[in-house]
Amino acid sequence: MSSPQTKNHVNNLAENYVTAFSKQKYTDSLPWLTTHRQSAFDHFQDAGFPTRRHENWKYTDMSSITKTGFVLANADHNLIGDGELDNILYGQKNSHEVVFINGQFSSKHSNIGTLPDNVIVGSLREALRNTPELLETSLNQCINSEHHIFAALNTAIFNDGAFIYVPDNIVIEEPVVLYFISSFSDKALAMAPRNLIVMGKHAEANVIESFHGLQGIVSFTNTITEIETAEGALLEHYKVQQENTESFHIGGTHLKQHRNSRVESHSISLGGSVVRNDIVTELGDEGAEIILNGLYMGNGRQHVDNHTLVNHSKPNTQSEENYRGVLDGRAQGVFNGKVIVHKDAQKISAAQSNANLLLSDTAEIDTKPELEIYADDVKCSHGATIGQLDKNMLFYLRSRGIDEDTARSLLTFAFADDIIRRIKFAPVRDRLEFSVGGRLPDADLIQANLNSARKK
Amino acid sequence: MLSIKNLKASVDDKQILKGLNLEVKAGEVHAIMGPNGSGKSTLANVLAGRDGYTVDSGEVIYEGKDLTDMDPEIRAREGIFLAFQYPVEIPGVNNVYLLKAALNALRKHRGEAELDAFEFLALVKEKMQIVKMKEDLLNRAVNEGFSGGEKKRNEIFQMALLEPRLAILDETDSGLDIDALKIVAKGVNELRSKERAIILVTHYQRLLDYIVPDHVHVLSDGRIIKSGDKDLALELEEKGYDWVLEGADAA
Repeated sequence: MSSPQTKNHVNNLAENYVTAFSKQKYTDSLPWLTTHRQSAFDHFQDAGFPTRRHENWKYTDMSSITKTGFVLANADHNLIGDGELDNILYGQKNSHEVVFINGQFSSKHSNIGTLPDNVIVGSLREALRNTPELLETSLNQCINSEHHIFAALNTAIFNDGAFIYVPDNIVIEEPVVLYFISSFSDKALAMAPRNLIVMGKHAEANVIESFHGLQGIVSFTNTITEIETAEGALLEHYKVQQENTESFHIGGTHLKQHRNSRVESHSISLGGSVVRNDIVTELGDEGAEIILNGLYMGNGRQHVDNHTLVNHSKPNTQSEENYRGVLDGRAQGVFNGKVIVHKDAQKISAAQSNANLLLSDTAEIDTKPELEIYADDVKCSHGATIGQLDKNMLFYLRSRGIDEDTARSLLTFAFADDIIRRIKFAPVRDRLEFSVGGRLPDADLIQANLNSARKK
Repeated sequence: MLSIKNLKASVDDKQILKGLNLEVKAGEVHAIMGPNGSGKSTLANVLAGRDGYTVDSGEVIYEGKDLTDMDPEIRAREGIFLAFQYPVEIPGVNNVYLLKAALNALRKHRGEAELDAFEFLALVKEKMQIVKMKEDLLNRAVNEGFSGGEKKRNEIFQMALLEPRLAILDETDSGLDIDALKIVAKGVNELRSKERAIILVTHYQRLLDYIVPDHVHVLSDGRIIKSGDKDLALELEEKGYDWVLEGADAA
């Protein structure tokens, strides 16, 4: 039972959302959007914030979020100090950079560059003003608001985010990088960025979502990305979560994939105090395929929860999932990978693997692969492992003169790098290798490892 | 160089070595033979400092230093090298990195400057010749996907690179065909020197046709029960371990 005080605080955060919602209502001029928002908000009000009694939130306690008196960020909260972005931007030449400060699009800091004809990359709020007809048919089409209450909340109150529209047969060669940065404010801010990626037939793009927080900033990011891929589209999607360890992050990526479209998703969680990522996809037509790669690393009292749900709705669809976790200190990890093979979705293949490395006796992981199969001619596999560093490997390295700390960090790094090396976009991969290596002792030696490996 | 006196050591609370004595001088090659379960590999692992191998009593003095409480990495830096019976595969850790980190750790310990990339690579290529190791193995993960023979060659190659003072070869001959055995033996012979001592742990005499030892010891039930020169190995081959075990019982 929650104490009266806790309950009071829960109401406070919820009330803040109610206030934000009612304000939002009057600024929207699109009736269809108002309808979406009202319906989503009704879902939120019916359900409230999830507690651990909800099966989907069994291992993740929201009370530390609802206890913090967050204020909803608005357009005035888009300030950041000079130079603060220097260490955040990937600096890849020709990439299309879109910067959001406290959830607000910052044209000043963005560098969108030149795009192919008819491609749109920019602020969702601006897109609602300029091209509402494109959004009316695509926004809020991939989300089941009843089952995903934070997605519903996001729908109800979002005021900005990124809109990426790639028409049929168009390829965006250079990556689109979306930065979400929690910056200074006199109050702890809650943000609800909303992103929409619409890929036309045979369109191709690489999109990186990169989340950061300045030091000492406590923020709550409830981010939602919707992705729709038309026939034959190819998308590489990265989500890199590197917020500071005081921040809260609840994110969802909701996809609808059509015939022969292929999505490769990389979800990396390194920062945050309480982090939850949901990826929900519907392989809605034959030949649709998703690759899900994930890495989560926690230390101290970090809590990171990854839920993925793959719906094989049609025959001949494929999914392959590889998630790895490294947990140290008193960190807690949660992995729940659900695959549903719907009736008549024959000849599908679904492979899932979740491997975890526990570096301390007090770290914890709850892992649960779930398969629900309603067809009879399918190829499905899943496996989860939990282990510690291999003693024989440690001894082998030490017997060659390598000290124990370095040997441990090297083996830990090698474990994580199994996911990181799948990342094709070099600036992200390099940054992550540095971030992960940098969290471990003797990172310089580990970097030497990478350099020697790359030289082949 | 190495002086073992009345060594008693246990694995999982079971005493395996039960009062072992051994003196090894620089420049010597000692073969430790014995039937399965006699404690040969335990001796090798105790010398290298593997976790789980506990010294109960006795002393192990290497170059005047007590080894019993020394971390394995310090032993390695002090010049002890164990060629593993079962070299471990380490996915994700590149061979070159391991070699570089190992060599630099040793050099640093000896107060020598680290090698630059160019010097390092030249040295690596030179030492690979000794065991005819294929260069493409260098860029693979440590021992990953290596054949049994490649793993054993890799051990001898590492030994050549790290130039230990005391090398312990644990069943290096096991699982090798005759050609691979000759290559490995040739590598070891090239590393014989006045400053270096080598302990060969082996079950069979076969290896000793190619690496001729100065001393042969027969280990049984955790003790050395007979020592001799290379002829002892031949006699063992001919008459079997039972011969020496019976002799020991009679004596």
